Amino acid sequence: MDVSAQHDASSSGNVDDVGEIMQAIAEHKGCGTTGGSGKASCGSQAGQGDLPTEIWEKVKNHPCYSEEAHHHYARMHVAVAPACNIQCNYCNRKYDCANESRPGVVSEKLTPEQAAKKVLAVASTIPQMTVLGIAGPGDPLANPEKTFKTFELISQTAPDIKLCLSTNGLALPDHIDAIAKFNVDHVTITINMVDPEIGAKIYPWIFYKHKRYTGYEAAKILTDRQLQGLEMLTERGILCKINSVMIPGINDQHLVEVNRAVKSRGAFLHNIMPLISSPEHGTVFGLNGQRGPTAQELKALQDSCEGEMNMMRHCRQCRADAVGLLGEDRSAEFTTEKIMAMEVKYDADTRKAYQEKVEEERVAKVAAKQEELAELAGASSDIKVLAAVATKGSGLINEHFGHAKEFQVYELSTAGAKFVGHRRVDLYCQGGYGEEDSLETIIRAINDCHAVFVAKIGGCPKGDLIKAGIEPVDQYAHEFIEKSAIAWFKAYLDKVNSGEIEHVERGDAAIRQGALISAA
Amino acid sequence: MPFKIIASQCTSCSACEPECPNVAIREKGGTFVIDPKKCTECIGHFDEPQCVAVCPVDNTCVIDTSLPRYQAPA
Repeated sequence: MDVSAQHDASSSGNVDDVGEIMQAIAEHKGCGTTGGSGKASCGSQAGQGDLPTEIWEKVKNHPCYSEEAHHHYARMHVAVAPACNIQCNYCNRKYDCANESRPGVVSEKLTPEQAAKKVLAVASTIPQMTVLGIAGPGDPLANPEKTFKTFELISQTAPDIKLCLSTNGLALPDHIDAIAKFNVDHVTITINMVDPEIGAKIYPWIFYKHKRYTGYEAAKILTDRQLQGLEMLTERGILCKINSVMIPGINDQHLVEVNRAVKSRGAFLHNIMPLISSPEHGTVFGLNGQRGPTAQELKALQDSCEGEMNMMRHCRQCRADAVGLLGEDRSAEFTTEKIMAMEVKYDADTRKAYQEKVEEERVAKVAAKQEELAELAGASSDIKVLAAVATKGSGLINEHFGHAKEFQVYELSTAGAKFVGHRRVDLYCQGGYGEEDSLETIIRAINDCHAVFVAKIGGCPKGDLIKAGIEPVDQYAHEFIEKSAIAWFKAYLDKVNSGEIEHVERGDAAIRQGALISAA
Repeated sequence: MPFKIIASQCTSCSACEPECPNVAIREKGGTFVIDPKKCTECIGHFDEPQCVAVCPVDNTCVIDTSLPRYQAPA
C-alpha cells in the first residue's frame, strides 16, 4: 500500500506566504516563556503562559516538547522502521543507531500490527503514556508504508494518543500530505548543519532518487531537503523540533548558525544533544577518537542559542523502542512475546481520569513554586548555582541517592529554578551495598553542582560528597523539586551574605556515554 | 553473475527490499536474500545496483562469482 504522496515537491512554497505563521510560532520560543537570562524553563510556568491555546494543547502533555510535561507524561517508540536512507558518522547500523538505541543490542523489529498491539498494551498499563513516536531504528520516512500503516492502525484504536515521528529529513518533502493526513502534529528533524562543507564531515553518503551521493554533493542535497521539509511543515501548522548532535571541532560553533536557520523557518524547539561516541559502538566517530562535549560545553552552547528560541534540555537520547517516562525505560516489560500473551482492554475513560489527576498535581506543583518564588522576590544577587536532583517523576524529590539512574540538573538564581539538563549515572547501589567506583562516576557526573537533592542517602556517600564539595540535601524528601530548590537557594544566599560560607564556582562535569538502559 | 547478500554482515534493515526493481529480494531466516534467477544487476533499470547503493554495511551486497553474469535479453 502506498499511502505516501510520492509527488516530487519541487517547491516549498513562498517563504513570505508562511512568514506570518513562522513568526508567530518563533516568537513563542518553544514553550511559552519570555526571553532573558532569568526566564523560566520550557513550559514550566503556571501553564499556558503566552502560548496560543492551539499550540499549548499540542504540547502540554507531550514529554518531548515540554520540559514541564516530561515529569508527568510518558512516551513510547515502536521500532517499525529499520531501513535508512543516509549514513551518519555517529551511527552504526550494524548494532542499531548509537544515538537512539542501546548499542550492541538489536531492538526487536515490529510489524505495524504488532506495533499497534504494543501501543494498546502500554497505554492500558501506563495511563500517563500520551505519545507514540516512530524514530527508527532507521528513518521512518525511508519506511513510509510501515510508518503510515502503524499510524493508521493506532489512530483507529487509540485516537487520544498523539502521533509523532523523527526523521533525518531527506525524504520529508515527499511525505508532508501523509503526515498531515494522519494528524501527526509533531515532527522532529535531525539537522546537524546548514553548510555542506561541514555536512561532508558528518555524512559519508546519502541514497536519493536511486543513487548514492557522497561528500559535498550529498550534504548539499540533504540540507536543502531538510530545510524545505521544515518550511512545508511550518506552512501546515505542524510543530517541528530540531535535533542537532553537538560534535566538538566539527559543528559545535556552527550550530548557532543552524539555530538561526531553523528558527527563521518556524521551528518550535531546538534540541542540541551531546555526541555519543565510544569505540565499542563501532561508529566512525567512535573509532577515530572524536570526543563528545563536556557538560559545561553543552550548556554553554545551549545557553548561547537560547536567546534565539527555546532549547530542549531534557532529551534522553532514547532508544527507538523506549517505553515510559523519559528518564526510565520500561521496554523490557513489553517484549513482543509478553504483549501477544496480554489481554488488552483499552479504556479511554480510565486514562482520562488518570490524566486529570496528573493535571491537578501539576497545578499544585506550580502553586508551590510561585509561593516560594515570592519569598525570593526581594533578594538580589548575581550568584547562580547548579543543583542535582534525584527524582522518579511527578516533579518530586522522591528517589534515593543510591537508586538514581540519573540526576536532573537545575540552575538556581534569584530568578528561580530552571531545568538545564540531566546526567545519567551508573547505578551506585547494587544489591544493597555501595560501590566506590560508581560513587566516583556520580561525583564526576554532577561535579559542577553545589548540592544534590535526594529522598534519602547513606552515611558513606554523604561524607564523600561533602568532601567533593557537593552538599547532600535530604531535608526536602518527597517535596516539590522547584519549591525546595528555591528554598535551599534562599538559605544559601543568606549564608553567603552573612559571611557564614563563601561562594565558590564549581568545575566541569562529564557526560556519560551510552544510552539509558533499564536496570537489570 | 547476479548479486548476493553476505548473511553474516546483513543487519536485516530491509532497506534493499523495496529498492530492487526486480522484486528479487526477500527476508529469509532473519536476513535478506537475493533470488539469483530474478537479479539483473539493475541493468536496464538504474546506473548502479540499488541494493549496493542503499546497503548500510559496505561489501555486503556483492557479485556472486559462482554464477554467470546476467545477460540482457536480445
